[in-house]
Amino acid sequence: MVLKSQDLKVGDVHRAVVADDLTRTQLVQYCGASGDYNPLHSDEIYATAVAGYPSIFAHGMLTMGMAGRMLTDYVGDGRLLTFGGRFKAQVWPGDRLTATATVRELRPDDASVHLDVAVTNDDGLEVFAGYASARIDS
Amino acid sequence: MPVDRFPVEAGHIMMFARAVGDPNPVYSDEAYARSTEAAGVIAPPTFVAAAAQFDPDYVMRPRIGEPWMGSGRTPTGWADRPSRTGGGTGLHAEQHYEYVRPLRPGDVLTARSHNGQEWTKQGRRGGRLVFRELVTEYFDPEDRLVLRARSVVVRTEHPVEKEG
Repeated sequence: MVLKSQDLKVGDVHRAVVADDLTRTQLVQYCGASGDYNPLHSDEIYATAVAGYPSIFAHGMLTMGMAGRMLTDYVGDGRLLTFGGRFKAQVWPGDRLTATATVRELRPDDASVHLDVAVTNDDGLEVFAGYASARIDS
Repeated sequence: MPVDRFPVEAGHIMMFARAVGDPNPVYSDEAYARSTEAAGVIAPPTFVAAAAQFDPDYVMRPRIGEPWMGSGRTPTGWADRPSRTGGGTGLHAEQHYEYVRPLRPGDVLTARSHNGQEWTKQGRRGGRLVFRELVTEYFDPEDRLVLRARSVVVRTEHPVEKEG
């Protein structure tokens, strides 16, 4: 899919469920692929008995990566110019996550769209809040 | 993180896309990807995080033959080290990317890092919070910038009872 400026307006919302019942196995997959083997994300015994958390929890970068899927499905492959944000709350096994992009600004001068990006869990808690921009067709 | 040599590999991109739950064939199917605007397999937008695999000093990877912070016979192999749950624990607070072009299999990138801004904030429970920025730029063999990453890590100055 490729976004065209004529099809976009400020306030447009694109939303996708990027995790439904997030599994511990997916957290382990992310450890292996990313190379971040912090046991807080894979080792239930360490996370509970040593670190004092209720369970292991997701890498912030896994949440951002899942938001990236929503973004590239929306703006097209290889079209992102920027993508960033803040990790606001932890993501736990079993969470259902919804990622949202909202059109904040269209810049016809450089053919780009600027988006607010958020990921929320099913309690309505925002776990990631940020932005992205992408090249669009005029 | 500074990395002298980050070889971008097709199998690594496929595994990373699976791990973030992205079934887009542009990350794994060369024939399909060639037929798209991407004109070949590309890496997902946060793939560069996996450069950690190629950082020889990356602390969040067990070192062969050395005790590891995670569990084995005991809940942690680092029982004799200071607590990892309170003071001094870095939490990833922010991540920002600026893209010049997508990463592709066959790219061999070099990453150079420098410290960015530093600021403090009064935390509700953990005493003073220290935020530190690290800017890492990834270059191709011709020294052209491919991607700029800026991360913010927050550390608590004093141990906290328990982090949220």
